[in-house]
Amino acid sequence: MTDAARGDDREILIRVRGLRNGFGEQIVHDDLDLDVRRGEILGVVGGSGTGKSVLMRSIIGLQTPLDGSVEVFGENTIGREETEAVDIRKRWGILFQGGALFSTLTVSENVQVPLKEFYPGVDQALLEEIAAYKVVMTGLPPEAGPKYPAELSGGMKKRAGLARALALDPELLFLDEPTAGLDPIGAAAFDELTASLQKTLGLTVFLITHDLDTLYAICDRVAVLADKRVIAVGTIPELLALDHPWIQEYFNGPRGRAAVAGPNRPVHEDKRG
Amino acid sequence: MRAPADFERSDDNGEAVLRFSGNLSLACLGDLPARLETVEGDVARLDLSDIGRMDTVGAWVVHRFARDRGARIEGLGADEQHLLEQVIAAEHPIQLPPPPPGSLTRALSEIGGAVINSGKTLYGLLGFMGATVLALWHVITHPRRFRFNATVQRFEVVGVGALGIIGLMSFLIGIVIAQQGSVQLRQFGAEIYTINLLGRLTLRELGILMTAIMIAGRSGSAFAAQLGTMKLTEEIDAMRTIGVSPMEALVLPRVFAVVFMLPLLGFYSSIISILGGGLLCWVDLGITPVTFIQRIREVVPLTDLWVGLVKAPVFGAIIAMAGCFHGMQVEGDAEQVGQRTTTAVVQAIFLVIVLDAFFAVFFTNVGWT
Repeated sequence: MTDAARGDDREILIRVRGLRNGFGEQIVHDDLDLDVRRGEILGVVGGSGTGKSVLMRSIIGLQTPLDGSVEVFGENTIGREETEAVDIRKRWGILFQGGALFSTLTVSENVQVPLKEFYPGVDQALLEEIAAYKVVMTGLPPEAGPKYPAELSGGMKKRAGLARALALDPELLFLDEPTAGLDPIGAAAFDELTASLQKTLGLTVFLITHDLDTLYAICDRVAVLADKRVIAVGTIPELLALDHPWIQEYFNGPRGRAAVAGPNRPVHEDKRG
Repeated sequence: MRAPADFERSDDNGEAVLRFSGNLSLACLGDLPARLETVEGDVARLDLSDIGRMDTVGAWVVHRFARDRGARIEGLGADEQHLLEQVIAAEHPIQLPPPPPGSLTRALSEIGGAVINSGKTLYGLLGFMGATVLALWHVITHPRRFRFNATVQRFEVVGVGALGIIGLMSFLIGIVIAQQGSVQLRQFGAEIYTINLLGRLTLRELGILMTAIMIAGRSGSAFAAQLGTMKLTEEIDAMRTIGVSPMEALVLPRVFAVVFMLPLLGFYSSIISILGGGLLCWVDLGITPVTFIQRIREVVPLTDLWVGLVKAPVFGAIIAMAGCFHGMQVEGDAEQVGQRTTTAVVQAIFLVIVLDAFFAVFFTNVGWT
């Protein structure tokens, strides 16, 4: 189904065209197209090794593709140096799989890094306060602020990473498997947080996940990566109507059915209501 | 879109009102927080009905002002109200770190900390040596547990791989010793003694010592970094759960490799130094190679070779154990790997030089002068 057919004319924030990625002989993506529209939460799913993380890295300019174009906010991100494209870098936040916190800085200092980098004029007291409420907002206990990443559990690192990704109140948020390794309650809270931030800040979220609950609860559209391409993008009912074996197995497998049958989370109702 | 945040004060029925305009977002805030602090007197209401975009930082700044001055916030849209509530919900008092103590107290505490730390490290190193000996005993009693392939591989990395750099270093050192020695000895017309100096110094001391320092920098650091990284990635824990002892699989092959390779490399280094010095003697002093070799055989007693070769395995054990010990001590983050690697090398070189001094006194007392 094309965007024109859908009649959706919202601004496209991320535009990927003809992307080709590979490592040596192995080709990960071939002629991959993807659009992410403003204000949506796009879930990206795919089997292990289908290049979900590589796609994210290509979009944010960490991986130089063999071919193709990537535009974020209408600007090319391929092959840009760290100090270039600063305008884009101010407007996105990225949560890496392991949190990728700076290990020599405390959580609070980690959150302050982007603030200090882009807005050197903000005074230290305000920085501390901003870091403090961001830390609490992501569901960490207030005592976590002065701790070092090594003292945190895996889930807490993830939340701290999210706090840093949200430091600049970005318009575009990349989340790489945010709920992997979290307990179900923590994962649900994380989903709720993502959805509520998306609502209040008008965030656009690019969300890589394996978590079917997350997909059902908060994603507006889901992009399926298989056969080196995005084989389908759409809402879950739209995807279910397709006759692709992987999609059918993914959503109609025992876990998929459990996620549909399970009690809807408050977020789910919030979004529709 | 990019209207800077601003506010103006007005009076409404005797109540002071601050009307905000522009975008209350991080990029557009500018000096607004500072200017808000200069507002004097009571403020009853904050009118936000004219603002553009608001983000959490803007919400926080407004909330902070309202909280401190007891003002009411009004005129917000539903989404902005929600955002403000979220920020307020996330508020909690922050504990600022205590002020740093005075410089004298700090200096004293740093010295004390360093002393305690060194004591602990030496104690730990001693314990590690014990553990290595135990592992060795275990391998001797269960010879099938000996990791032959790993050990041979370490031999190659530690020994063969170092031949080039140690050869080059030794050759140059031989030349320097011969050149400096001959300049001084020429004043007494005793240039021929350059050969004594060169032969005895390199075989007894310099060959082994320089090799030990080079291996500490080359292999000791590598051991610390390798084991440290394995510790961080939980590889060592994984080995333990599979029933593989890290002491046997990782530490012993490395210790063996350095213990066996250091005497060989030290001997090689001495020979190359002598060759380098001999070349200089030939070119600079006109001493032919045949004379040089005859003279070396006359003036260098065999005990000098033994002195060097006895020291080498001990130095090797110290270097390998310091490297492995510090690697195994890594906990927490990547910075520790760097710190521990540095400590391993510094400690290994320091201990090697201290032991060398003891050996010098010992050999003199037993008559191997």
